[in-house]
Amino acid sequence: MLAEVRHRLLEMHSLRAWLGVLLSATLLLVVLPLSNALIPANSALHLPDYLIPLLGKFLCFGLSALAVDLIWGFAGILSLGHGLFFALGGYAMGMYLMRSMAGEGVYRSTLPDFMVFLDWKSLPWYWHGFDSFPFALAAALIGPGLVALVFGYFAFRSKIKGVYFSIVTQALTYAAMLLFFQNAAGFGGNNGLTDFKRILGHSLQAPSTRLVLYVTSGLALLLGYAACRFIITSKFGRVLTAIRDAELKIRFCGYESTHYKLFVWTFSAMLCALAGVLYVPQVGIINPSEMQPSNSIEMAIWVAVGGRGSLTGAVLGAWLINGGKSWLTAAFPSAWLYVLGALFILVTLFLPKGLVGAWASLVRRRAK
Amino acid sequence: MGQSREAKGKVMRDGREGMVGRALHRAGLAGKSLGLTGGAALSMAQAESSLHAPASKHNKLVLWVEEVTVSFDGFKALNDLTLTLEQGELRCIIGPNGAGKTTLMDVITGKTRPDRGAVYLENRLVDLTTLSECEISALGIGRKFQRPTVFGGHTVFENCELALRGSKGVFHSLFGRMGRADRERIDEVLETVGLSDRRHERAGLLAHGHKQWLEIGMLLAQDPKVLLVDEPVAGMNHVEMERTAILLNRLAGERTVVVVEHDMEFVRQIARQVTVLHEGSVLAEGPMEKIQNDPRVIEVYLGA
Repeated sequence: MLAEVRHRLLEMHSLRAWLGVLLSATLLLVVLPLSNALIPANSALHLPDYLIPLLGKFLCFGLSALAVDLIWGFAGILSLGHGLFFALGGYAMGMYLMRSMAGEGVYRSTLPDFMVFLDWKSLPWYWHGFDSFPFALAAALIGPGLVALVFGYFAFRSKIKGVYFSIVTQALTYAAMLLFFQNAAGFGGNNGLTDFKRILGHSLQAPSTRLVLYVTSGLALLLGYAACRFIITSKFGRVLTAIRDAELKIRFCGYESTHYKLFVWTFSAMLCALAGVLYVPQVGIINPSEMQPSNSIEMAIWVAVGGRGSLTGAVLGAWLINGGKSWLTAAFPSAWLYVLGALFILVTLFLPKGLVGAWASLVRRRAK
Repeated sequence: MGQSREAKGKVMRDGREGMVGRALHRAGLAGKSLGLTGGAALSMAQAESSLHAPASKHNKLVLWVEEVTVSFDGFKALNDLTLTLEQGELRCIIGPNGAGKTTLMDVITGKTRPDRGAVYLENRLVDLTTLSECEISALGIGRKFQRPTVFGGHTVFENCELALRGSKGVFHSLFGRMGRADRERIDEVLETVGLSDRRHERAGLLAHGHKQWLEIGMLLAQDPKVLLVDEPVAGMNHVEMERTAILLNRLAGERTVVVVEHDMEFVRQIARQVTVLHEGSVLAEGPMEKIQNDPRVIEVYLGA
């Protein structure tokens, strides 16, 4: 039994690669938090408090990049709608955070402020249950999962593929954004949900809460990575790649490709929703702009720049681009979209396998 | 009475060839309307029972294509086509371009749904035209495409692994492990198609001929009862062609092999039984020598 587990782990990664994962995880999950919590603030090695939610946000982006890479890089399904699943997860979390502060809003009502403002007298039915954290968490994953399942069922069954599929996902996300913008939809309209106070009784402003959220995001990323790795190194993963390369042929080999696509698509959506769940308490707001087309497209760009089909590349791409974005939008606010667009074009033209792919071929050339 | 004898003759002939189902049913109806004698009815019953009994190896039928019609925008790609295949035979299907050869393959494998007609396998329990590609594959029909189609990103070994007979479900693929028997089966297949020493090469990097063999190897791993092979020697040189001929001949016998081919030289090399399609239906059927001398065939195909 133990030997089998060991064997499977070594299939997922070489020993060296596992050491790399372990090292990165230690750095992100142990060293950085400790340098924030234990090293005095005047030391150069101290990680300032304000960076913790920012880095936590990056971890969430890394997780959603994994979700996009899993379906795009391995199954050839380009989603331009993962912002929807991210936002749905985020909204479910936001609903819990709103409910957990009932009576403490500006209006001192048991209803969220925006409902009081709209002169609503009671909670809409779909807000019930969200005062419970486990319920909200379950809804945050199952809800987007169901949306993905139903959408995927019809899309894959109708054999919608390639760019058409991408366009439909984009349209779906856009439609959802328009819906969430409506005040009557009951999700706070264009302001969304914000002014959260606490999570599970802990103040969201407290450095310790933020640190715990950061570490939780890191663990989620690590587990998400391991899960994706497990999937792609199993026969399931080989079937996915075969679907990407020759779907008809794999069907003639006896695989119902629709089931495979549906499974991985739904799993990916739930992974992305988890990223949204962890994102919202760290940034303190969720609103419909998370569903705007550019957000979903950006996720695809992270993966393309980092290198699709490599998982680590997707995460690195997400970090690099968001790091660049944080810096550039402060230094030259109007230039960001141009830089992003140019970067995407350059990478597509000159580094079709992204940065990780380029690095790998450089190493290979060196070795020769 | 002359008419009646003719109907009886048809039944007898159909019976000998094991033709049943709708064709028989139709003959039966015809017989009734003609007031067929009890003897003829008996012979029909015998014909039917001989099908269910394990007949001698070469009389057992494995595939029935019955009155299949497929039209694309009014053009009849297949026109009331009826065809049967015997267990273990190697059948070549030839015909000019547009005769419906590839459409026939598409119908049998579930890629194309016919407007009318049915396709049955072995025990005739289900009509294949109501199933999906993967369900048909699971019942034991394998197909090799016209252009060599292998999974380019995977190694030769992995290509065979994917084709291997066994559970093809999502959860089995996620958590299942490959057993020793599976490995040995793949080794055996790679040995047969002569790709043992290339097992770790990426299939996309193989030479054209090797891809064709890998694809045949994948079909072997799939272990189908009926193997449909679309233009196996397209783009091959003579040496490769001969090897392929040997390979296909070896496959026939234990399984039924159907080869669609344009290359007449190759057909002469391998053919035992040839079916000529023309404008979506069967024009002639028989041994190669007979087909070659059939004036209708010469007119539409060989002479052209």
